[in-house]
This record gives sequence, C-alpha cells and structure tokens, in this order.
Amino acid sequence: MSEREVLELLRENARYSTADIARMTDLEEDEVEAAIAELEAAGVVRGYQAVVDWDKLEDERVRAEVELNVRLDRETGYGDIAERLARFPQVKALRLVSGDYDFDMEVEGDSIREVSQFISEKVAPVPEITQTVTHYVMTSYKENGIELGDGDEDDRLSVSP
Amino acid sequence: MTFELSDRVQAVPPSGIRRFFEIAEERDEVISLGVGEPDFSTPWAARDAAITSLEQGKTSYTANRGKRELREAISDYVADRFDLGYGADEEIIVTAGASEAVDLAFRALVDPGDTVAIAQPSYISYEPGVIFAGGEVLSVPTKKEDDFRLTVDALEAAGASEADLLVLCYPNNPTGAIMRESDLEPVAEFAREHDLTVLADEIYAELTYEGDHTSIATLPGMRERTVVFNGFSKAHAMTGLRLGYALGPADVIGAMNKIHQYTMLSAPTTAQHAALEALDSCDGDVREMVEQYDRRRQFVLSRFREIGMDVFEAKGAFYCFPEVPEGWTAEEFAEAVLREQGVAVVPGDVFGAGGEGHLRVSYATGLDDLRKALNRLEAFVEDHV
Repeated sequence: MSEREVLELLRENARYSTADIARMTDLEEDEVEAAIAELEAAGVVRGYQAVVDWDKLEDERVRAEVELNVRLDRETGYGDIAERLARFPQVKALRLVSGDYDFDMEVEGDSIREVSQFISEKVAPVPEITQTVTHYVMTSYKENGIELGDGDEDDRLSVSP
Repeated sequence: MTFELSDRVQAVPPSGIRRFFEIAEERDEVISLGVGEPDFSTPWAARDAAITSLEQGKTSYTANRGKRELREAISDYVADRFDLGYGADEEIIVTAGASEAVDLAFRALVDPGDTVAIAQPSYISYEPGVIFAGGEVLSVPTKKEDDFRLTVDALEAAGASEADLLVLCYPNNPTGAIMRESDLEPVAEFAREHDLTVLADEIYAELTYEGDHTSIATLPGMRERTVVFNGFSKAHAMTGLRLGYALGPADVIGAMNKIHQYTMLSAPTTAQHAALEALDSCDGDVREMVEQYDRRRQFVLSRFREIGMDVFEAKGAFYCFPEVPEGWTAEEFAEAVLREQGVAVVPGDVFGAGGEGHLRVSYATGLDDLRKALNRLEAFVEDHV
C-alpha cells in the first residue's frame, strides 16, 4: 500500500525528495527509499524524465504521430514488429491500439527532413507494414498531464478569513 | 452631513484580518499562508455547466429556496455522505454562500437580548452576525489541551447553560480541529438538557482526514434543534460562486426563507447550475483535492515539529494552528515573520477567545510554496528563538 502512495507522489512530481515524501505520508524516510527501490526493481517505475515544452526553446524539435497498419503472418506477430521498431532511438513511444490502424508511434527528430526520411527509409520498407500515415505535431497543449499554457494566476486575496 | 450609523453596526469592530492583508499587500514576494479559500479552481465540469447555462440564457431568478433539482441533489448528497435526512421541499434552502445561511439563521432565531454561545476560536462572522441580529455573544473558549474540541466543562465554565443558541464550527476554521461522534455526544446532551438550539457550520465537512465527518444533527434528539450549514465553497472550490445551503426543520427553514425572499430573492442562478453539476459529476475531483490537502497537512505538521513549534494534530479543514514560541504574542510573531521573511499567517486572536498565542496557517497553497514558506519560518525561528 505504501508503494502505491509513493508511486502516486512520484507520478505527481518525480523530483520530490524522499524526505518530503516521508513528510507527506506517514512513512519514515528509509521506508520511502525502500518503496522506490522496490518499484524500480520490479520494473514498475521504468525511468524519470522531464516534461518539456519545446515551444519555449530556441532549437527546433520535430515530433510526429504515425499511424501504422501491418499485415501479420504465421511467423510474425505484433510483438515481433513492435520489437523491431522500438529499437530505433527516433521512436519515443509505440503502442498497439484498437480502431482503424494497428500501431500508434511517436517519432522525434531535429527536422522534418530527418523524421520523414526515418519513416520512408526505416519504417515504411518493413515488409509487414502495409501503410503509414504521418501527422506532424504543430502545437502541444498538454503533455503527461501537465498543461503547457501560461497557467492561471493566483488571484486570491493574500489574507482572507 | 454625517450619518448616524446604527448602534449595532458601530458595536462591531473592523476585522483584525484586514491589517495583515494590508501589510501583506504592500510587500513583494510574500508567500501567503493566510488564505481561507482553496487554491484549486472549481472542477472544470462545474465551470463548464455554468458556462453552458449562460449560453442557454438561463439567467433568471430561481425559486426562492433554490432550483428544485439542486435541492433534490443536495438532499441525496447529504443523506449519502453524512447520513442526514432532509426533504427538498421544506427542509433545505439554497443561499448565497453558507455565510448568508448563517446570517439568515441568526435573524430568524435571535431576539434582542437573546444569548448566542459561540465555541471559539472560530470563523470571524458569527459574532458580528449575532450583534447585527440584536443578540448577545457569549464566547466559549476551547483549549489546546482538548485539541480545540468543545467540551461540556468549557460550556459550563462559560455559563452556556443560560444561552439560547450554540454555534459550532467543526471541522474548525481556524484550528483544524474536528469532533468525532464521541466528542459530540456530551455536547448534544448539554444542548438537550439546557434546551439550546444548535447552529452547526459544517462547511469543511468533506475536508475531514483519518475518518469521516459526523454531523451533530445525526445524534439522538438533535435533528429537531439543529440547523446545519454547508456549501460548495470549500470542498468544491467554488468560493467566488457564492453558493451554500442550510438544512433544518421546516419551520426554521421557512422562517429563513422569509428573510431570504425579501433580501436575496434567490441564490445566484449561474452558481446553482455549477453546483448541480458539482454534485452530479465532481466526486472524483473532490476526492483528489482532499487527498492533496491531506498530504500537505502531514507535510506542514511534520515541518512544524522539525522547526520545534508546538502544534496539535489538526484533522480537518485546511488549517493548522501552531503555538508561538514563548515570549511572543501571536500578533507580534505574525507581524515580524511577515516583515522579515515575507510569510503571511494570521494571529489566532483574530478568531476570538482561545486563539491567543497561536497562528492560523493555511495549507491551501501548492507544495512548492509551502516548502519555501516553512523554510523561511524555520530561519525566522533560528534567528529569534
């Protein structure tokens, strides 16, 4: 149960110190550390990353959502195709989804040219892939549950009853 | 010409909170732990319902007592959450904030010369409300040794057996104290024995940690002598929408409605639409906010213990109530912390008898600011104590 609580807090902000997590729960600091170690060891927590608003940076970052349709045969399953695609560092996320297409793939690169080349040269030629539809991301409004707008000012009175 | 202001208005001193507000406003970089309202915005579904109602032009008065659908939803909600049984027709009135409901109750129940006992420290509007209604205030101080719960000893010591009404606010603003069923039982017995009408302000009921809120009106023989106040400001983060309600026997709610229909007519219509949606679909948002408050509560209590300031374990609302170090009055301490460290807290005296020597610290503020503010408080204590 304590692991679940710690997990929730890490999902809220992975940079909370173990001391602060201990203060917010009724756990001791070493219990928090043990819970985190357990979550990592069990492969529940796979990593910690910053949530970035690329529009706030000078350098261009190109991201695309790619829909992939595949044809399976006796020797090749979804897992085989996924494994092959996931190894490319350009692929940031890859999910098998229900609906009109099979895989939903997020690709990142430094330029449109780079991303396009990756898709046409590395993805499209994969024999099982029958179709790709690429959507370039124009603006992002929310990432990982965090809104990327300027946020609401706290307009409360500074002292109130 | 100068106006001859009424004696009742002149009898009420200006609010002690005002002065701190002014000092806080003139300084930059103040982190305020002096705020008595949620830092969350109203759940989006409720705001969206308010917007939709405006788009559809639903901007006329509602029934005096509030939209029937809303009263029905309130009736179901209080039954489900707090085991309170009140009929939508005659036993519920929707008001412009719980504050209006409290004022209506005073005006409906208090005759000149009647005595209203108020368990203190408590929210600052009860005393003026009694005075505006022509009644006499009897302060019943609660004590730190009792975790700021109201006891029969305190009621007897204050002479509350002679009073006509008793005002309770649990979970409490400013202390964060709550009263469990076993704490309420002797108070209920005292009220029955001395024939006191009880006004129970339960606006913070949802913000009860480590267990559920018990309303005094659910105790035997109490429903017929109690008016319960609640609303959407705190749990649903709707302070500015001004929407509350009162629950009580038909005759008292009817009397309150008589005043309400001639003064307010009806509570804000847009807010009623938001409230209906809040009850319909925002339980998850409330649970999430309560969870956040609870974490902050534990964080703040831990930090006060680390700093070495004496603080009792508040289990309700979004306040804790630490004691100031020896040699300081609450007011001196609060003013010095504000001027030197830019942290605003409210001295407990402002909330009436029993509050002296304490600070109301609100944790209706994000964790980053809480962390910074408590670090500053720690630095202040290291410098001065």
